[in-house]
Amino acid sequence: MAHLRLPPTLQPLFAGLPRRLDVEAPTVADALTQLDERWPGLRDRLCEHGPELRMHIHVYVDGHRADLDAPIDSSSRVDVIAAISGG
Amino acid sequence: MPHTVLLVGTRKGCFVLSSDDRRDWQVRGPFCEGWPIYHAIYDEKTGTIYAAGASEWHGTSIWRSADLGETWEQSSEGLAYTDGDRKLSKVSGLTARDGRLYAGAEPAGIFTSDDGGRTWSLLSTLESQPGRPEWDDPGNQPPGHLGLPAILPHPSDDDRFWAVVQGIGIFETTDGGSSWTPRNRGLRADWPREHEEIGFCVHKLVLAADGERMYQQNHCGMHRSDDAGRSWTEITEGLPTDFGFAAAAHPHDRDTFYVVPLDGGHGRCMPDGKAAVWRTRDAGETWQRLDRGLPQHDAHLGVLREGMAIDRCDEPGLYVGTSTGQVFASSDEGDSWTELAGYLPGINAVEVATLD
Repeated sequence: MAHLRLPPTLQPLFAGLPRRLDVEAPTVADALTQLDERWPGLRDRLCEHGPELRMHIHVYVDGHRADLDAPIDSSSRVDVIAAISGG
Repeated sequence: MPHTVLLVGTRKGCFVLSSDDRRDWQVRGPFCEGWPIYHAIYDEKTGTIYAAGASEWHGTSIWRSADLGETWEQSSEGLAYTDGDRKLSKVSGLTARDGRLYAGAEPAGIFTSDDGGRTWSLLSTLESQPGRPEWDDPGNQPPGHLGLPAILPHPSDDDRFWAVVQGIGIFETTDGGSSWTPRNRGLRADWPREHEEIGFCVHKLVLAADGERMYQQNHCGMHRSDDAGRSWTEITEGLPTDFGFAAAAHPHDRDTFYVVPLDGGHGRCMPDGKAAVWRTRDAGETWQRLDRGLPQHDAHLGVLREGMAIDRCDEPGLYVGTSTGQVFASSDEGDSWTELAGYLPGINAVEVATLD
């Protein structure tokens, strides 16, 4: 299963959501769909209508910047990052 | 004395101030995970707080609390434009009316919820109005644009309400949002306009105690309407500037109205570093400066369009939140003021609820 790491700003919004979890899905989008089924509304916090990733949400698959349609497999590490900015 | 609750939407979350006597206040927060909160309201019918949040990272969502801020949930299901390229950047105004919630959004549109904010659907984008395609032109939306920041319900007619579109004007519907009529006649605009009925910068629209008279703080002066917005008369004379954002109408006296004049230009602070609220008791014929208890030295304070609220007590209390994080209150109709909080994040909005 792919290993998924989520931004810490998501956890307070969804009861029981861990920072790190494993998912079995063929693409990043499918992985987020699975999470949205367990924690309704989660995808809306990461994606715009379309869906497409929100401007300041970045996804990396095995260290490489990726989009929603990026393939993942059981050895993938998927990092979902809230871009560092603000004040 | 009833329990008074102030809802303060700031750049870093929602704060809840409460008091049993309007003298001693408890400050709680920040809530909503520090998201910028553009507006927060209390729905008297359900006892629920709603707060319109817009995270730079996680988008727009409407937070809700059924226990006066102890616990919160959020949802944005259905809160999106699904046709074309229009992307919802924020909800800037909330209204609760007889079990239905209204959310005014940027770009301009109105969403409603009939299930207590769990799901939303698009009611109107006022598509048939003059020049509508140009409203969403990025060139017409400078930083901080709020889109449709206010929905003002008629006190007795559920299908009748007014919507304010930033930089465009006021629109009235009498059929629940199916059709709209511009209500901007007599307003001043100091710039060229391509359409006779629109192109006015209405900052804050309030309904007077009689449900017919209206007041507004406009980018260009203060105005009054005695026919529910069908025609407007400027009432700026006697005020120190013609610019400001916030306004409040006395809940029991149709002739009494409050504004916070600011310097125009891009400074937009109270003139001369001296804080003051101004009041008329004769529908704008004359104005009184109210500054007792407000800072009179180096007080370069701004107040945004939702930054002033008035409660419904027999002797109404007034509440002003500044863009530098102070909350001032008056329990004697503005004659004197005290500071309730001095170091909150910059304040976008203040609303007050009186709980029996």
